[in-house]
Amino acid sequence: MGMTLTEKIMASHSGKPTVQPGETINMRLDMVMANELSARLTFDILEQWNVEKVFDPDKVILIPDHFTPNKDILSAKITKVVREFAHRHKIKHYYEQGRAGIEHAVIAEKGLVFPGETLIGGDSHTCTSGALGAFATGVGSTDIAAALLTGEIWMRVPPTIKIEYQGKPGKYIYGKDLIIHTLSQLGTSFATYKAIEYGGDSLRYLAITDRLTMANMAIEAGGKNGIFEVDDVTIGYLKRTSRYLEKPQDIIKLRADKDADYENSFMLDISGLEPQVAFPFSPGNGHPISDAKDIKIDQVVIGTCTNGWFEDMKLAASVLKGRQIHPHVRVIVIPGSVAIQQRCIKEGLAEIFIDSGCVFSTSTCGPCIGGHMGVLGPDEVCVSTTNRNFVGRMGDKTSKSYLVNPAIAAASAIAGQIMHPDNL
Amino acid sequence: MEIKGKVFKYGDDINTDVIMPGRWCHLFKSEDLKRHCLEDLDKNFAGNVKVGDLIVAGDNFGCGSSREVAPLSIKSCGVSAIIAKSYARIFYRNAINIGLPIFESLEAVAAIENGHEVSVDMAAGKIINHTIGRDFTFIPFPEFMRDILSQGGIKDYVLSRLK
Ligand code: SF4
Repeated sequence: MGMTLTEKIMASHSGKPTVQPGETINMRLDMVMANELSARLTFDILEQWNVEKVFDPDKVILIPDHFTPNKDILSAKITKVVREFAHRHKIKHYYEQGRAGIEHAVIAEKGLVFPGETLIGGDSHTCTSGALGAFATGVGSTDIAAALLTGEIWMRVPPTIKIEYQGKPGKYIYGKDLIIHTLSQLGTSFATYKAIEYGGDSLRYLAITDRLTMANMAIEAGGKNGIFEVDDVTIGYLKRTSRYLEKPQDIIKLRADKDADYENSFMLDISGLEPQVAFPFSPGNGHPISDAKDIKIDQVVIGTCTNGWFEDMKLAASVLKGRQIHPHVRVIVIPGSVAIQQRCIKEGLAEIFIDSGCVFSTSTCGPCIGGHMGVLGPDEVCVSTTNRNFVGRMGDKTSKSYLVNPAIAAASAIAGQIMHPDNL
Repeated sequence: MEIKGKVFKYGDDINTDVIMPGRWCHLFKSEDLKRHCLEDLDKNFAGNVKVGDLIVAGDNFGCGSSREVAPLSIKSCGVSAIIAKSYARIFYRNAINIGLPIFESLEAVAAIENGHEVSVDMAAGKIINHTIGRDFTFIPFPEFMRDILSQGGIKDYVLSRLK
């Protein structure tokens, strides 16, 4: 019997020729990541366990990004502990505030995990790197503590669900629309304890950054991971990563076996699909944009780890160019990483954002987790390119968020209500 | 701790943002976690919950973020166990890793209401609803997880791998 992409990686990292769904394995880790919040708790756990050791300082990534630049004294204390730990253990991939960006974007653009490799992270959206053919999954701080010590993690091999997209995406249809549509069709727990393998002909029309958005939101379906096969598009992207530029190397074209066993397969036809809007309070509450009538908004957030890729910035800027944000709306643009931010400045996008009336922020999680840089007040309504719109996620528990792609977010910012760019 | 107490019952898809809102995710002290636990879902929970009480919920409990402060805040409140129809996987792992007992049983969830008196007999594999006088079985844990839970969390297992 052949293996799915996830099974292949799990087998190769547990010293076995094959693995079966349901089997518990100890999986070797190529990278272990934590942000300041998950890391801080990890260090408490290590202290309780009375042991402080790092299995390999070159394989640990520590990125303070959630409440940074430190939003208050408590956050400053947290990042201080993380910084000191990183220095004490000579952690290779520790990135100081203002020098890297949001963890998932940084991992992708630096190529910290390549196809066929394994990553766990103390953040649920660690699954983003599945877009590059890696096995990447989110865990809690105790698992990070265990992984920092041992370089491995216990895992149940998940059954794999295959989702294939067919049909040519229309204008203003992106990875975000495909994933919101998928969640609205299949629900927000269809992949619990399972691996998602994305595929199908429609991917030919999409950029690697669309795949990153879709892999990012695999967790919104409950998935353990969400992975894509490696093709020329993936390789083209990986060849621009810092890892490849520093040391060119072979990149494996990881593919599932023809006779791999999937627990379930779904085929979604996306021809004729309208841009999608996930209404409050679930990313699975997706509707075509034509259903979003007269929804007045107070704030727009464009960017973060879901849609803060350079292509997303360009798309938003193309809609905003030469126009003014609606007087009643505030817009916060947050590039996924510092490198993307720099590119926005070099290529004139920053100017477009600021000219049209946006806040152009440094790379941080900020309002996505209701932390800072644009927290919502009571009853406020937000249109956001982030990945979650749960009660209270972006601020007061009476606020509401609608999730969309960057073009819809930009058009809505101008209109002051949820709007398709063609209707501006 | 004995698993016996009053039930606080909630619905499906209780996510970690309402269990422990993002704005408090930089608090790690047990008293702080206790104070904010479930505040965006049920503002009376933290004030009313007593040591031993149980949370009963529907499908996909703990979906969303990987924040371990979510199960920790529930544990800090003295909750002795959670019974749900199903759990999101990161929450499930975190609960096992920190030794917070969690059980899956469709029948028990259907037959338990808010305020019922419930206990769990781990050895017999039973959930007992004292208010209506009925028992239910729960889905047994895979062996590896049973071992971790019986050791009160993952610590001993991890430290044994270090030797
Ligand atoms: S941007 Fe939002 S979803 Fe992404 S890592 Fe930060 S808090 Fe999590």
